[in-house]
Amino acid sequence: MTAFWILAPVMVLAAMGLIFARKAVHAALCLAVVMICLAMLYAAQGAPFLFAVQIIVYTGAIMMLFLFVLMLVGVETSDSIVETIKGQRVMAAVVGVLFALLLSLGVAQSVSSAIVGLGEANANGNLHGLASLLFTDYVLAFEFTAALMIVAVLGAMVLAHRERLVAPPTQADLQARRMRDFAESGKHPGNAPTPGVFARHNAVDTPALLPDGTPLPESIPGTLVSRHQFELHDADDVNRVVGEIEAADVDPDERPVTTEKPDVRPASDTDEGESK
Amino acid sequence: MLDLSWLLIAIPLAGAALLLTWGKESDRFGHLIATACSAASFVLGVVLFVELAGRDAEDRSVTTDLGTWIDAGPFRADFSFTFDTLSSLFVLLITGVGTLIHVYSIGYMAHDERRRRFFAYLNLFIAAMLTLVLAADYLVLFLGWEGVGLASYLLIGFWQHKPSAAAAAKKAFVMNRVGDLGLALAIMTMFAWFGTTSIAAVNDQVHSVSGNVATALGLLLLLGACGKSAQFPLQAWLLDAMEGPTPVSALIHAATMVTAGVYLVVRSHDVFDASATARNVVIAVGVITLLMGAWIGCTKDDIKKALAGSTMSQIGYMMLAAGLGPAGYAFAIFHLLTHGFFKANMFLGAGSVMHGMNDDVDMRHYGALRKAMPVTFYTFGIGYLAIIGFPGTSGFFSKDKIIEAALGHSVWVGLAALLGAGVTAFYMTRLMLMTFFGEKRWRDDVHPHESPSVMTVPLIVLAALSLLAGLMALGSWIEEWLEPAAGHAEHHDLPLPIIVITLIVLVVVAAGVALAWLTYGRRQIAAETPADSEVSAFTRAGRAELYGNHVNDALVVRPATHLTRALVWADAKVIDGFVTGGADRLGEISGELRKPQTGFVRSYALMVLGGALVVLLGLLAVTLA
Amino acid sequence: MTEYLTLSMLLFSIGAIGVLVRRNAIIVFMCVELMLNATNLAFVAFARQHGNLDGQVAAFFVMVVAAAEVTIGLAIIVSIYRTRRTTSVDDANLLKA
Repeated sequence: MTAFWILAPVMVLAAMGLIFARKAVHAALCLAVVMICLAMLYAAQGAPFLFAVQIIVYTGAIMMLFLFVLMLVGVETSDSIVETIKGQRVMAAVVGVLFALLLSLGVAQSVSSAIVGLGEANANGNLHGLASLLFTDYVLAFEFTAALMIVAVLGAMVLAHRERLVAPPTQADLQARRMRDFAESGKHPGNAPTPGVFARHNAVDTPALLPDGTPLPESIPGTLVSRHQFELHDADDVNRVVGEIEAADVDPDERPVTTEKPDVRPASDTDEGESK
Repeated sequence: MLDLSWLLIAIPLAGAALLLTWGKESDRFGHLIATACSAASFVLGVVLFVELAGRDAEDRSVTTDLGTWIDAGPFRADFSFTFDTLSSLFVLLITGVGTLIHVYSIGYMAHDERRRRFFAYLNLFIAAMLTLVLAADYLVLFLGWEGVGLASYLLIGFWQHKPSAAAAAKKAFVMNRVGDLGLALAIMTMFAWFGTTSIAAVNDQVHSVSGNVATALGLLLLLGACGKSAQFPLQAWLLDAMEGPTPVSALIHAATMVTAGVYLVVRSHDVFDASATARNVVIAVGVITLLMGAWIGCTKDDIKKALAGSTMSQIGYMMLAAGLGPAGYAFAIFHLLTHGFFKANMFLGAGSVMHGMNDDVDMRHYGALRKAMPVTFYTFGIGYLAIIGFPGTSGFFSKDKIIEAALGHSVWVGLAALLGAGVTAFYMTRLMLMTFFGEKRWRDDVHPHESPSVMTVPLIVLAALSLLAGLMALGSWIEEWLEPAAGHAEHHDLPLPIIVITLIVLVVVAAGVALAWLTYGRRQIAAETPADSEVSAFTRAGRAELYGNHVNDALVVRPATHLTRALVWADAKVIDGFVTGGADRLGEISGELRKPQTGFVRSYALMVLGGALVVLLGLLAVTLA
Repeated sequence: MTEYLTLSMLLFSIGAIGVLVRRNAIIVFMCVELMLNATNLAFVAFARQHGNLDGQVAAFFVMVVAAAEVTIGLAIIVSIYRTRRTTSVDDANLLKA
């Protein structure tokens, strides 16, 4: 019971995080917390096999799948916090709370029979008991789940498959396109410059410096730009900010070095690396 | 042989069907087929007549049953025909005059591009009219009755490109409907009281029911008869019906169809025998119509309309005779036959005149045609003598008999009939004088000429019949012949000796002729119709057809129009408003229901959760309760 | 026993509310997973109460089905994203009347 009372608040709070987290990654992490806690509760409830499966399948596989997809598609989407459907939040809250109240006060309290416990069922071990059930009473359902899994795999393949309508460009095509772009718009035909070259930090959010010391924005990955984790400012802006900071009489040790170029400040939601 | 009477109908019916379905190829000879069909029917009619005449008086009625037409529970109507003394005369009249008019039409309609259709309609009419007179059951009679109405409608409106003809056809059809309603109600009454609509059975049983039923039946039958025979108060359509081709006016609207009402009354004689009230109403209708028709005939300058007024008047005579009961039935039929001959003769003569005068119908544009059209003149003249009742002609015998019978019934009725005879003499003399005598008042481009022989031969035949049909009255042959069908005629004691009555009639007729000659023969006749303001109120009323149309308009047409408008309004606003309003409400409700369909999956999810909540609540309520 | 069920139902309701208020399809999906897990907890708790393993077997099947569902669901999200450049469930509103 101790485990329950420790885990339950954590789980509820983490589940709340699912509702309130701004970023999808945070929501995914909250969900992972709930699942791990659930796994522990399974263990406490005499279900060691489900404990393992919960950790391996849910936390290990399914959550990873979520994170992969987030990485694929979630980066450039913004989840606006403005509700567009009128009254949706209020109604959802009202209905949801009523639902919870009814369930926990009505249904959960109505269970009154004594707890039998799994001592007898798990006499030969939980795994043995489960297996004997799965392969006798539930063998048909088990076989059906096998078919379901295969269909799911096929379905995922079909859905994720992108039909190619034209032949893929060959190396020669790509090279010709690069040269044509260069001829028409002056686009650099070679590799994009690597971030961090000649800069003080060798980090992805630090643009490379040209030989004359000016930063090269193209060296920053586009994803960072679209996430607004990177901004390019000109020297005047930087100097103005530096002046403000100095005027604020910041501790000299903490004061960032500002006089030197590049006049670049990587920007992000966090404060880290605000100015180097 | 006598059970072949159905063939009389089948032949012209087949002719009509053939001509209506056959294509253009039959344009060249279609009229010959139709004439042949009519003639074949006539020949068969003669053969059957002779065979019937060869039988004993009691056996002179043969009913042919072609099978059951309607068999519904207690009601049963047979498709059966009766060939008896009454219908045999009609068969001869219809097919005989019909054939002559077919022949005449070959010439009259020679240049009409729809001639084949015209002949098909004529054949259709012959078939329907024969059905009417041969029917042994009122339902079959009604079939023929409606059939002649249809044929009449088609033929009045034959020149449908003329709006006046189309309107006249519609008017005739609608006014006939009123009469048909009476007949239909009569048939329903018969079924209600006697359980049968067989003519013989109804005539047998009508004496066993109360007099009120017989009176109601008689009045309903009379309403039907008034519609078909253009009797007061349903007379207004007949003059407009003259819009049809002249052979049609001759055949349908003078000789045969319009006499169907008289036939109906005579055929249902037991009904009228059983009700003196109904008989008196018939007499009243006959007298009113006889005088109205004569009045109108005096004032019309249109030759066909003058003749149509005369037709109304003469049918009024027949109605009057039919209303006299057993004493008058035979005379009604007798006058019907002679009138069929001389009126067809005169109508065809008028058609011949119009043919020569570029289809002008205004008698004020005629004059002195006796030289230009000698055959037409002489034949028309014989018809004229017959209708005014010149001694020795057919009309003399038939009209004289009616006046005698009327006098036998009541002095006033007799005097009215006598007055009618005088007026008839007046307007027919006027017509003769304006058309054939006097000075030429022809339009400039008119060159009157005699019609081709295909038109004059029927005229000659009909003239001969007009002259000689009086022979039927010899030795009371017609009364005896009709006795099996129309009952025994009792001879009334007359207030005056017959010879005196005849002399009085002749004097009155002579006075009418003399008056007409003084008015029209001696004086110059204006070449243009005098304006209404220059003529007497008497003439104005006659020209307006005694305001029959005005009365109809005021009593029926305008209220019906207003009622229809009100109904249309109610239909559009109330009924439709209810229905479309219901649909609109549904639409609005749907529109409201549509709003939750936002397409947002989260809204749907909210509804699902709300539904689950409701289920949960219900579950808890059930469990806890 | 009751507390396990109460926790399960709380988690379920929180998941349901999440489905209703979140617009990112992936997070909505996570909330659905949370609801499934909440039912699994109830299954396991009932298994202990009744002293047999059928509840655990049911939870096991739920996990299998959830795995299949996640596979397909995420594939759908990816393909939607590919054609519409969005993962917001509000943007896929073609059902709108």
